[in-house]
Amino acid sequence: MELMPLNLLPIGYASKVKQINAQGALRRRLMDLGLILGTEIKAIRKSLSGDPTLYEIRGAMIALRCEEASQILVERLAL
Amino acid sequence: MKLIGQSTRLATIRRMPQVQIQSSDIVVALAGNPNTGKSTIFNSLTGLNQHTGNWPGKTVTNACGRFAYNGKNFVLVDLPGTYSLMANSPEEEVARDFICFGEPHVTLVVVDATCMERNLNLVFQILEMTPKVVVCVNLMDEANRKGIQVDLKGLSDILGVPVVGTSALKGQGLDALKEAVWGVACGRFSLNPIRLKYHGAIEHAVSMIEPQIGRLMDDLGRNISSRWLSLRLLEGDQIIVEAFKRYLGVDLFASTSLKEGLHKTRDMLMDQGITIEQLRDELVSTLIRKAEEVSSRVVHSKASAIDSIDSKIDDILTSKIWGIPAMLALLGLIFWITIEGANYPSQVLAKVFFHLGQKLEQLFVAFNAPAWLRGILIDGAYRTLSWVVSVMLPPMAIFFPMFTLLEDLGYLPRVAFNLDNFFKKACAHGKQALTMCMGFGCNAAGVVACRIIDSPRERLIAIITNNYVPCNGRFPTLIALATIFIAGGLGRFQTITATFAVMAMITLAVIITLLVSRILSRTLLKGLPSSFILELPPYRRPQVCRILVRSLIDRTLFILGRAVTVAAPAGLVIWVMANVSIGGNSLLGHLAGFLDPFARMLGLDGYILMAFLLGLPANEIVMPIVLMGYMSTGTLVELDSLSALRQILMQHGWTWLTALCTMLFSLNHFPCGTTLLTIYKETGSRKWTLLSFVVPTITGIVLCFVVAQTVRLLGLV
Repeated sequence: MELMPLNLLPIGYASKVKQINAQGALRRRLMDLGLILGTEIKAIRKSLSGDPTLYEIRGAMIALRCEEASQILVERLAL
Repeated sequence: MKLIGQSTRLATIRRMPQVQIQSSDIVVALAGNPNTGKSTIFNSLTGLNQHTGNWPGKTVTNACGRFAYNGKNFVLVDLPGTYSLMANSPEEEVARDFICFGEPHVTLVVVDATCMERNLNLVFQILEMTPKVVVCVNLMDEANRKGIQVDLKGLSDILGVPVVGTSALKGQGLDALKEAVWGVACGRFSLNPIRLKYHGAIEHAVSMIEPQIGRLMDDLGRNISSRWLSLRLLEGDQIIVEAFKRYLGVDLFASTSLKEGLHKTRDMLMDQGITIEQLRDELVSTLIRKAEEVSSRVVHSKASAIDSIDSKIDDILTSKIWGIPAMLALLGLIFWITIEGANYPSQVLAKVFFHLGQKLEQLFVAFNAPAWLRGILIDGAYRTLSWVVSVMLPPMAIFFPMFTLLEDLGYLPRVAFNLDNFFKKACAHGKQALTMCMGFGCNAAGVVACRIIDSPRERLIAIITNNYVPCNGRFPTLIALATIFIAGGLGRFQTITATFAVMAMITLAVIITLLVSRILSRTLLKGLPSSFILELPPYRRPQVCRILVRSLIDRTLFILGRAVTVAAPAGLVIWVMANVSIGGNSLLGHLAGFLDPFARMLGLDGYILMAFLLGLPANEIVMPIVLMGYMSTGTLVELDSLSALRQILMQHGWTWLTALCTMLFSLNHFPCGTTLLTIYKETGSRKWTLLSFVVPTITGIVLCFVVAQTVRLLGLV
């Protein structure tokens, strides 16, 4: 399966984190939320104007702007 | 950027809690993820009313409270809610510094039973720092409702420290919690905290420097875990090195041997192909995988962790089509109830005050008191006071509890989610929406809430623009003027029209905030938006009764207190100014006359502009000053209804344009004294405080000027 940035993951789909390109504080922030390699992330909904997007990460609802989400590469899982 | 960094660093929240701790007191640090009910636990244990809100980042400074149990006195220190203790933010730094250097006797970690996996990360981090830990698994009732079972005994066996289940909102499990805290403090339990095993090379690296660090801590007489500190130094954590200097005056690298040891160890890791970045990743990943493993062993869930009702509600409240209308409708409903509900109590209060005033006057007459004394006390202090209480208090007493209700429900983060894109376009932070919501209550509180924004640039933007949101002290003025002049004479539709007028003002306030934020981002506070991560917490059923009682009593007392301390003396001074004459005109008249030409250009008059200037201590007293200015020249009228107010204002040449411009200027002028002081405290800079004064004032002047001139040019008045 091909890798894609998280912001391109269609709503309703689940995915697995394969690579985190964010560096520094953002990287640690994301990891504190439990987002590490292999973590499952599901795209739940987009905000009014399409950004940010709400994701389910380990049972929590986390909104990420597309700038942040694009730094996370994921592998889409079958529905 | 450098400039901003300088000024905000001064104000970074690094204050250790100021409590009177006696040597016999047992100090308990209260840690936990945001939104786990930590503040509720704090309130339940100490009986203090720390405000709880259903959004992450509520506690930014440490609150302290006391409780007694089994003959021992405990001091509970509420640390900021954090997901981690890696010092990625000021809150995490505060929490970590306290556990590390405050040497609490016990650290109580509150975790959310419905979200164990994520919460365990923090538990592990704290267990690495200290063995004296009690884990409180809160929200057990909510977990039960969602079909989640937590094996507390199993968790305690794995963690090696006491674990207590609680439902703090219902007061369940609190005694067991106190018992456990007491037990750990008195050494009644054998604590055997779990020790996380990292990658072999990392463990080897720790073993290379740990003995040396252990000796150093022994020399310092400190109980700081040498393993934990070794890990921090290995991952190149500069903040902890700074903290040692700050709190203990110790330079960890004073002895070259530790420095050399660390270098050698790092070289060893590099030889194995492990960079500092990879080391950090490995540390965090190990914690998270362990949390995953432990959670899968102790949590048994029947249903999906995400509440289906929650997501149904979110389908509407954050939907593309209904998100904004729902937000406006909710806000509109709150205003409608406020305007409709405040009317009657306002009249009753005004009547009561008027009759009381008459009685007081008779009393003065009976005692043959001089007329000037009666004037100062009754016409000056007493009348201002009664205006503030009767016109301001009812709307506040209705608005505040309702707004708190929304906050406790967990709706505010949804607002931030809905509006984030607008803030991003203004190069500001999405959480600014949350700080604006706090500004509705009080701008000073809104400014303090700006601490939840990490980026100094975006925090300053949020601070400077917070005043555009009308606070509780300005709402009643807006409501009264909208009711009289915009909706006046509409009979049955008066409330609805007034609601729409106030809503329009709020919408304008939001638009101005976004515009000014954008202008600031392009000029004085240049920069790109920083990273944005926002958690939407699950909806919680608010404790309606508690909210009602608390916000009524807290607010009522607060407002009354403020009315007495600010409005009464201000009223007194203004009365003197209105009645001391020089050259046939009162001081007030002179001042108003001086301001009048300029004020007229803005669609106001001298008295109104003067009232805004003299109302600097508190926005609540602006309208009373206007009235006193008018009444010192006109006849005294019984102010028992809005129509009487309308009459006075009309007598002094008010039109709907005057009302509109007054509302606009009320929305857009300098912050009150308290807010300015808070801004100074938060930014630590006179420059930014001055800017917070100037920016909204200029906005108001420009806006009023354009509106007034346009309307006059078009001949609409």
